[in-house]
Amino acid sequence: MKRLLQPLLSVLLGLALGLGVTALAGENPWTVLKILASGAFGTGYDFGMTLFYATPLVFTGLSVAVAFHAGLFNIGAEGQLTMGALAAAATGAILFRVASPWAPLLAGVAAVLAGTLWGAIPGWLRARRGSHEVINTIMLNFIAAGLANYVTLYLLKNPESQNPETRAVGDGYLLAPFSWLGGAPVGWATPLALVTAAGVGVLLWRTSLGFEIRAVGQNEAAARAAGIATGRVQLLAFALAGGLAGLVGVAEVLGNVGRFRVGFSPEYGFLGIAVALLGRNRPGGILAAALLFGALHKGATSLDMETEHVTRELSLVFQALIILSVSADGLWSWLHRRRSSC
Amino acid sequence: MAAAPPAAVELRALSKRFGGVLANADVHLRVAAGTIHGIVGENGAGKSTAMKLLLGLLRPDSGEIFVHGQPCIWASPAAAMARGLGMVHQHFMLAGAYSALDNILLGAEPVRGGMINRRQARTRLELLRQQYGLPVDWDSPVERLPVGVQQRIEILKLLYRDANILILDEPTAVLTPRETAELFANLRRLRNEGKTILLITHKLKEVMAITDQVTVFRAGRVTGERVTANTNPTELARLMVGRDVVLNLAVAPAKPQVGVALEAADLHLAGPAVGGRTRLAQVSLQVRPGEIVGIAGVEGNGQSELLQALLHPRDPRCRTSGTVRCLGQDVTHWEAGRIRELGVALVPEDRHREGLLLERPLRENFLLGWQRRSPFSRGGFLRPSALTSAAAAAVEEYDVRPADLGLAVGRLSGGNQQKLIFAREFQERPRLVIAAQPTRGVDVGAIEFIHRRLVRARDEGAGVLLVSFEIEEILALADRILVLYEGRITAEFARGEVSEAELGLKMGGS
Amino acid sequence: MMRWLFGAAGQPLRRMVLWGLLGLVTTGRLPAADFRVGLVLDRGGKDDKSFNSSAFAGATEAKTKLGIALKYVEAPDDNAFEPMLRGFAMKDYDLIIGIGFAQKEAIKKVAALFPKKHFAIVDSEVDAPNVRSLLFEEHEGAYVIGAMAALSTKSGKLGFIGGMDIPLIHRFALAYEAGARHVKPEVTVTANYVGITSAAWNNPPRGKELAVNQYAAGVDIIFAAAGASGLGVFDAAEEKHQFVIGVDANQDWIKPGRVLTSMLKRVDVAVYATIAAAQSGKFAGGVEHFGLANQGIDYSVDEHNAAILTASVRKQADALKADIIAGRITVPDYYKKP
Repeated sequence: MKRLLQPLLSVLLGLALGLGVTALAGENPWTVLKILASGAFGTGYDFGMTLFYATPLVFTGLSVAVAFHAGLFNIGAEGQLTMGALAAAATGAILFRVASPWAPLLAGVAAVLAGTLWGAIPGWLRARRGSHEVINTIMLNFIAAGLANYVTLYLLKNPESQNPETRAVGDGYLLAPFSWLGGAPVGWATPLALVTAAGVGVLLWRTSLGFEIRAVGQNEAAARAAGIATGRVQLLAFALAGGLAGLVGVAEVLGNVGRFRVGFSPEYGFLGIAVALLGRNRPGGILAAALLFGALHKGATSLDMETEHVTRELSLVFQALIILSVSADGLWSWLHRRRSSC
Repeated sequence: MAAAPPAAVELRALSKRFGGVLANADVHLRVAAGTIHGIVGENGAGKSTAMKLLLGLLRPDSGEIFVHGQPCIWASPAAAMARGLGMVHQHFMLAGAYSALDNILLGAEPVRGGMINRRQARTRLELLRQQYGLPVDWDSPVERLPVGVQQRIEILKLLYRDANILILDEPTAVLTPRETAELFANLRRLRNEGKTILLITHKLKEVMAITDQVTVFRAGRVTGERVTANTNPTELARLMVGRDVVLNLAVAPAKPQVGVALEAADLHLAGPAVGGRTRLAQVSLQVRPGEIVGIAGVEGNGQSELLQALLHPRDPRCRTSGTVRCLGQDVTHWEAGRIRELGVALVPEDRHREGLLLERPLRENFLLGWQRRSPFSRGGFLRPSALTSAAAAAVEEYDVRPADLGLAVGRLSGGNQQKLIFAREFQERPRLVIAAQPTRGVDVGAIEFIHRRLVRARDEGAGVLLVSFEIEEILALADRILVLYEGRITAEFARGEVSEAELGLKMGGS
Repeated sequence: MMRWLFGAAGQPLRRMVLWGLLGLVTTGRLPAADFRVGLVLDRGGKDDKSFNSSAFAGATEAKTKLGIALKYVEAPDDNAFEPMLRGFAMKDYDLIIGIGFAQKEAIKKVAALFPKKHFAIVDSEVDAPNVRSLLFEEHEGAYVIGAMAALSTKSGKLGFIGGMDIPLIHRFALAYEAGARHVKPEVTVTANYVGITSAAWNNPPRGKELAVNQYAAGVDIIFAAAGASGLGVFDAAEEKHQFVIGVDANQDWIKPGRVLTSMLKRVDVAVYATIAAAQSGKFAGGVEHFGLANQGIDYSVDEHNAAILTASVRKQADALKADIIAGRITVPDYYKKP
């Protein structure tokens, strides 16, 4: 009960703070709330866009959570998803003629493998060399961005566009959007996110490997003493985290634009940290948190459009306040502890 | 008795409830001024709660506190301090990089014109030092001083603040036998100078050795008050546990079998020496099936390194050399998990660090290390029902309390945590047992249980390697004793071949 | 407390309290005027002091002069263009304008969904009956600018610093060099680009570094078509006492006396004209070109550069303009390169 209540309270606190800020800017908080809600859920299309933004966050949230359960902090989801999307786009652009249903499967596997590789590197460095994964993943984010730029601009450039983007993938690769969402680019990638979340849940709590991952995360020394090959488990967990982040490529490339665009991600990888935090690193919580963040992102766009004073910057402040109150969640338990000890 | 001087400390009908748990129920305690008073009881018996109430760290739900006859319920720890109460915690509250002098002054600096007047403080401390005979090097950073000296600094800190009632929480847990003897001499001197001392401990031998009076706690209540001279360890143990306890287990001699359970040859651990000591050098040992081999030694003489070398021979992070044979196999280049699967039960030296997932429930801790074995796992998937039934049976057999499989292990007492580790490690009959400090921080009732279990494993044919800092434990259980001193094995005795005094000397390097 | 609540600083607070009393009353915040224009700006936002600022200025001018109702939004990410365009389309806006080539796909899609709405896009061509594509003949301006630079140089060495290495900027570079050679065949042009990603638009230190190198190699005039990175080039010009040419907006004021002129790309004019046409019922789909002929492209003269831009150079530049408008000179276009 408390596990559910605390995140809920911090979301409400953040929401209240955010509404307070918009009120100071000169908007009626009640109107702002209504616009947020209708902007995120008002029509099939609005809801579709909410789902569209939520889907990558499910993948990156899961990615951060899996690493977290192994006691590792994955700041590298951004790089991993970049590699995943790039691999999906490259597969689709090079093997242009492959037909559905093999094509999306192929590109999906490529995305997962690329993400896995990008996750395995810091995992390996951590397990073998003991070097800290936070530093390594930050560095790998830069390398992934550089690599993606190079491939996009020099190897697979779309000659018909001024945008830095790759050539389009073959039509066989594209996942058609669901018609009932009013044309929002939401297709099978979203159910895939649901299934993936369930799969991660089963893996972590119903398999021997999952138990080992959690044991290493809880107490590495005890896991080692119990005969668990902690280095290998960390490597596996990080590779898995990378693969999960790589799945963002399926949503973006196969489910949306059919190509890799430089800078397509509004920092899904970093938002994934907040999603995992808010979702208490549980698959169900992550689904809920991702939906909330997707709704906020979509709703904030509507705020910019439908209010006088809430500009893009202010809606960013709004979102940031919610993230902040979620991350300051430790505050709740701290306050709680303080009170009970006096 | 109406004319008797008021007690230094008196608790009357003190009660404190945490949620549904009565931590202290109707506690009465009377400590005469100028005495050493033992407070004994198992973990969770309510000793700490009573002391926290006394110090103003907690507020009682009901009851009264008197200090030197004055009624007082403290508003804060500082108020308690001002009335002459002070505590030396089990984990010292020292700033490691600061000098002894600065640590003592911290929070009570004599200030003149905005500057700390160290000279004045030094003069006063010199007087205290001479009065109580507590030698300390004032200017060394505290972290470079031996644990016994750090403890002395903590005591001086209280004396500097004019404390006349000193509470010491398990002060000997971190000390060598020699340091313990020194501490006791200092405590006696403090008492003779008029200080009142409350000594919280679970070691009955120490109670007998140093206290004047003793109060026993069990389950939040006081179960007995005795004049130390009129009681004995067996009676105290019964008051603590609530039943008769065998303190000195009579162990039948071993019937070692042919063969080798564990054999280490020429173990060596490279790397920087700690405190000028060799970490591990040329250690060879052999454990036969059906015998207990005890490794005696003072903490920090290579015990941890030896365990590391035996259990993780190929871990790249500790560069060991030498060979390890286990149950007929050369395991020098094996992974730890594979060695464990041969039938090795491990009781780690620090169960919080290496034995348990403290935030996870009993159920998962019971699974740790067995997560890939039948019947708990099939095809990579866990089988929760098999785990639950096995864990429930084991928890019952080993009398782990509370027997709630969903409870986080960190909330169990030390003894119950250790019993859970035994339940886990002995769920298949082990062929080799490596037990390090198996009774450290374990209550009296559980010690007997643990000793019996080790002897039973031996009698069932397992080789047992027992690493312990407790001389009595080694003497009682081990069929052969190896002395580890400065990373080397310096002596070997058979059961009954060596006296406690002689073994103590060997452990000290002579 | 009371003074704080009711003093000047309490104004926002008072507003909040007032709303608290008003409770559930919602305020219809849609503009009240008859003709409604929705403006979707690029990720750069309305304060980028160049492209988006210019578009915003044109729309704002339309608001004051023509009495239209204007609502603008700034996209937080590349996937937000479509929902924003849709949002305007669903809310009975009469004209929806997308700024920047990045919106091409989104406009194409949304225009098809809302065939009765009118759309316009700057810098990209969308072939639909209800979309007006506003294209600029940057090469015409760059050609004139090149000629002016060649006429002003003393060293005979000209520089070009582009932002992102994309066709649009190559269009500038090609025509700039051609214009220079047209009046002085012996001049040389050194071209550098700040980068290959959109970050290249906002990297002044790199722009400065490139400019310093060019000046050191004997270049005395640099044409900076590099967005905010160009500000670094302006710094270098001031430091090295050389000359620089601005782009898009009139940038002569940034370093008076060192800015020879600016090549104006009048996005504001294009936006204003489109709004005016649509308001008077004369909206038409198809492509509209803005070039020298309709002042969509021009060069700047004001008090900041009057002293350094000689009358003879201006005279020759104006003659060249006339020739291009009349079709007597064909300016090479990178987009139409074989």
